[in-house]
Amino acid sequence: MVRVLIPSGALGLNYDKVALERGLEAKPDIIAIDGGSTDSGPAYLGRGVSKYSRTSTKVEWQGLMEARAKAGIPLVIGTAGTCGTDSAVDWLLKITKVIADDLGQSLKIAVLRSSQPNERILKAYADGKVHPLSHAPEISEDIIASCSNIVALAGAEQISAAIETGADIIIAGRTTDTATIAALPLMRGLNAGAAWHGAKIGECGALCATNPQSGVILIDFDKEGFTVTPMADGSHATPHTVSAHMLYENSDPFILHEPGGYLDVTKAEYTAQGDSKVRVIGSKWVPSDKYTVKLEGAFLAGYQSVLIALLRDRRYVENAEIWVSDIREKFTEKAIDRLDLRKEDFSIEIRLIGKNASFGGLETNITTPVEIGVMGIVTATTSELATELGQLLNPYLLHHPLTIEEEQPTFAFPFSPADLNRGEIFGFCLNHVLELSDPMDAFSLEVIQHG
Amino acid sequence: MAKLGEIVQKVRSKNAGPFWLTIDIFCGDVEAFEQTRNGLSTDRVSAVFATDINHIKRFEIPSLNVIKFSFPRPEIQGSIHDRDIHGASWAALLSDVQLN
Repeated sequence: MVRVLIPSGALGLNYDKVALERGLEAKPDIIAIDGGSTDSGPAYLGRGVSKYSRTSTKVEWQGLMEARAKAGIPLVIGTAGTCGTDSAVDWLLKITKVIADDLGQSLKIAVLRSSQPNERILKAYADGKVHPLSHAPEISEDIIASCSNIVALAGAEQISAAIETGADIIIAGRTTDTATIAALPLMRGLNAGAAWHGAKIGECGALCATNPQSGVILIDFDKEGFTVTPMADGSHATPHTVSAHMLYENSDPFILHEPGGYLDVTKAEYTAQGDSKVRVIGSKWVPSDKYTVKLEGAFLAGYQSVLIALLRDRRYVENAEIWVSDIREKFTEKAIDRLDLRKEDFSIEIRLIGKNASFGGLETNITTPVEIGVMGIVTATTSELATELGQLLNPYLLHHPLTIEEEQPTFAFPFSPADLNRGEIFGFCLNHVLELSDPMDAFSLEVIQHG
Repeated sequence: MAKLGEIVQKVRSKNAGPFWLTIDIFCGDVEAFEQTRNGLSTDRVSAVFATDINHIKRFEIPSLNVIKFSFPRPEIQGSIHDRDIHGASWAALLSDVQLN
C-alpha cells in the first residue's frame, strides 16, 4: 500500500494545519501538492511567473517543509509557481533554500524542468512529432517561434525519476495535475487505474469531499483500488462527492488522458466506508502505443490599455448601446486619421458592465440597471500605441453627448489617470501533444545538495 | 415551464483547459434529472451558446443525477475577446433557459 498526503488543491490556497497534523500521524509515504494550472489565464505562462504571492507561498511551503522533516518522507510539488516554467521553478527553489536556511534543514532537492526551447518544438513540428488535440488552434512555425514560453506537461515517468533520486524535496515544473500523486503508487507496482483515478480525485485536495476549503486529504492506494479519507473536522467524502469530482474541469467525466495512456472510470464502483471514507475499485488504465506529453504555449498577443467610466444619468443608461456604438465609430475614425493606422493595427471593445458584459450579444436577460460600468479596452501592437489609443478614447468616455445639440455631459471616472496600461498581454496558442521516444527527452533532472 | 436554474440544485461551468468549457448540471433528484433530460435538448444548448451542435458533447449520468455538456470555448481562455478567464459565469446563461 502507498499512502499519499495531499495538503490542498494548490500551494497558495492554504490548508488546515490541524488536518495536516492529523494526516502526518497517519504515517503517509509522501506529501504531494500541485503548484499551478492554466486556469488563471495565459499571462502567468507568458511571463513565466507565479499567480500567488511570494508571502503566501513561503508561509505554506514552510509548513510543508516542516511536515516533511518531521515525517521523514519526500515532499513533491508539481507545476511550481503556477505555470511551471524554468523561471517559476527557480523562483520556488530560491524560496526553498531561504526556508531551509531559516530552519537549519540540510536538503537533497531534485529539480525537474519542463520548459521547452522554441527550437526543440520547431524541430519536432517539422519532424511531424507535434500533434493537435481536439479543437486545437492552427499553428505554424511563426506561432511556435513567437511563444515567450512553452512547457511540456510531465507525467508519472518523469516524477518517478525525480523520486528515485532519493531527494527530500522534488520541485517539478509543469506537470499534469495528477502525476505527483500517481507516481509513487505506480513505482510500487500498484493498480495503475486506481493510481490515476485516485490522483484525479485527490488533485484538488478536499474538493472531492464536503468542507472543501479544509484542503487536506489522505489517499491509500493498493493493488485493487484506492480509499479517500478527508482529514479535517466536518469534512466527509461520500460516493457522490468523490464520483462527482470526475466532472470537475474535465470535458469527459469518464476518460482522462495522461502521458502514456488514458484512464477509463466507466466501470468504477464507489463505496462508502463509515461516514467519511470512500473506497473505489474498477478503474482502468489503458496504455497507448506512442508516448506523448501535452504542450502549453503562450505568445505575446499585443499591448492593452483599459479605461473605466460610470454612467449614472438615466437617459445615458437607457441609451448606452447607441452611445457606445457612436463612440466606437468616431474613435476608430479618429485613430486611423490622427495616428495614420490601418484598421488591423488595433482593436477597440467597449463592454457595458451591468448590462451584458458577461455574455455580450448572447445575453438574454436585458434590463435597465441603475448604473452602467463602461469598460473600454484598446489593444495595439506596441505599448506606446496602447497608451496613445487609451488617451484618445479618454475624452469620448468623459464627454461624448448622445446628441450634438445638448450641453456637454461629463461622466464619472473612478481613477486618475483614467487609462490603465496593462502592458504585454498573452494568448494560449498550443493545444497539442509532443511525441517522445523516451519520456525524459523533453525534461531535465538536476539534484542539488543544499546545506 | 420553469427555468433550468429554478428546478435543479446547481449549474456549474468551468474551463476544461484553455480551449474547452464544461457545464455540469447537478439536478439534485431523479425528478429534476428526468425533467432536464427531456426538457433541455442539445440543440437548445447550441443556440444559447451560439456554438456548433456537432462540437457539443452531452453526458447523462443517472447515478449522480447530473447532465453535463462540454464544447469548445466561445473564445479561447484569456484571448482578447474572452470575457471570463475562469469560465464560471457561463452557467448563469444556461440557468435562465426555459425548459421544454
